[in-house]
Amino acid sequence: MTLAFPARVLEANARVYRRTYRGSLVSTFVNPVLYLLAMGVGLGKLVDAGTGSSTLTLPYLTFLAPGLLAATAMTTAAGDSSFPVMAGIKWRKTFDAVLATPLGVRDLVGGHLGWIAIRLTFVTFVYSMVMTIFGATTIVEGLAAVPPAVLTGMAFAALVTAYTAKIKDEQWLSNMFRFGITPLFLFSGTFFPITQLPGWLQPVAYATPLWHGVSLCRGLALRTGFIVDPWVSVGYLAALTVLGAILSTRQLTKRLVK
Amino acid sequence: MAESLVSARNLSKKFGDLVAVDDIDFDVHRGEVFGFLGPNGAGKSSTMRMIGAVSPISGGTLSVLGMDPATQGPLIRARLGVVPQDNNLDEELTVYENLLIYGRYYGLSRKVINERIDELLRFAQLDERRKSRVEPLSGGMKRRLTIARGLINTPEMLILDEPTTGLDPQARHLLWDRLYRLKQEGVTLIITTHYMDEAEQLCDRLVIMDKGKIVAAGSPRALIEQHSSKEVLELRFPVGTQEEHAGPLQAMATRTEILPDRVLLYTDDADRVADEVHRRGIVPESTVSRRATLEDVFLHLTGRTLVD
Repeated sequence: MTLAFPARVLEANARVYRRTYRGSLVSTFVNPVLYLLAMGVGLGKLVDAGTGSSTLTLPYLTFLAPGLLAATAMTTAAGDSSFPVMAGIKWRKTFDAVLATPLGVRDLVGGHLGWIAIRLTFVTFVYSMVMTIFGATTIVEGLAAVPPAVLTGMAFAALVTAYTAKIKDEQWLSNMFRFGITPLFLFSGTFFPITQLPGWLQPVAYATPLWHGVSLCRGLALRTGFIVDPWVSVGYLAALTVLGAILSTRQLTKRLVK
Repeated sequence: MAESLVSARNLSKKFGDLVAVDDIDFDVHRGEVFGFLGPNGAGKSSTMRMIGAVSPISGGTLSVLGMDPATQGPLIRARLGVVPQDNNLDEELTVYENLLIYGRYYGLSRKVINERIDELLRFAQLDERRKSRVEPLSGGMKRRLTIARGLINTPEMLILDEPTTGLDPQARHLLWDRLYRLKQEGVTLIITTHYMDEAEQLCDRLVIMDKGKIVAAGSPRALIEQHSSKEVLELRFPVGTQEEHAGPLQAMATRTEILPDRVLLYTDDADRVADEVHRRGIVPESTVSRRATLEDVFLHLTGRTLVD
């Protein structure tokens, strides 16, 4: 069977993953357990017992779990689109090897993002199962939160790929995690509603893709309704994904086809 | 007249203000080994990348396998094999997996690829390493694997950028032997190198590039005849005394080259000149008479200044 061009890249990524999956598989299963135990159960006891929890009308674990689901999709996508992409461009130059074949930059980007979509589906599915086991959601609601989590991850995968293709020095990757991914992880409504943020900071939080992802996941998992129209969030994340894919293709072409 | 697989006219490549390839013409014929020789930065790799249909040309015309790289890149690349300067193998994967993935990039079926891999591993003398990860392999093995990878699609033409740079002599000879076999099987080879012995061993025809231009073209033999005397006498003097002998020596040969460590006298009869040197009472530390090589041509044409 002759595979479509991007599917050939996807297949190669899957094969590389099969060699290196053990470490990431452990984190796929263990991370949600650790986070939900520490934050949801441990910290959650304090939060739920506290007197001033006027903004939360539900157990902290339940509040936290869908937010963490979206945030996990983000960190997984950012991880897979940063250092491995830099390796392909600069360290191992495996992208050059791909481009010497009939495949082009679009196929490379398509295959890369396609593979990440599969990875994200798996990771968030496992996460939703762990959420269910912890009793944070029912199984149906947990599963309902998987597609928006994948979409959130895809927006980050595409944007981070474009960013990685743009930067020359890998130090900017660490800076991206330090000044981009980590603050988003902490302040996009994952751990607390962004109404808790100072007023001037709230619009910033609303503009971040992760907040929209968290909002979608939480809305679907908890059936609590949405702060903004969910289709606006879906449209925003989809638009960022498309934008990121276009920028990735453009930047990689500039970098590799010169 | 043999069929041209690659034909370039007034070909050039610019990176901003930098002119990497400056208005060159050449033809590569089916079945030959064609070499690009030149110091670092001469434009060899840029030329190779244009032939490989990965780098767009900046000026002139280029036809590869009868097609235009600008519009038919994927079709050209489907029929080419490429061995880049960096091996760019997937080091986490096994030898077998590297070849399998690459075959899949070309859209080959698993069955075809597996048959091909058996052949190629034998050809590259890597059968026993089939299941080894790539990372711990020796430089020579990685190089042979990269060549095997470049052959996975049974290409008509194989492009090799500095195939033996960094390899030890045994590994180089083994590689030359494999390349020679490919040629015998009818594969057209294009190589870049800055090793003169490699060019003399392998190339039917070659061009010498310098600063983006072709400064000479022809077979190794013809180039030596055209640009050098038959023989060379190499004299080595104690440090610091070389200059004082340069004057009288210059009169004895058709041309002299004064290197940092030696004086080279170009002549058609090196032994006669050696006698002459002795008769004049000039006593070098050592004397070597030898036939002229491509290296003499190369140094003569591209100058002796070091290119970093």
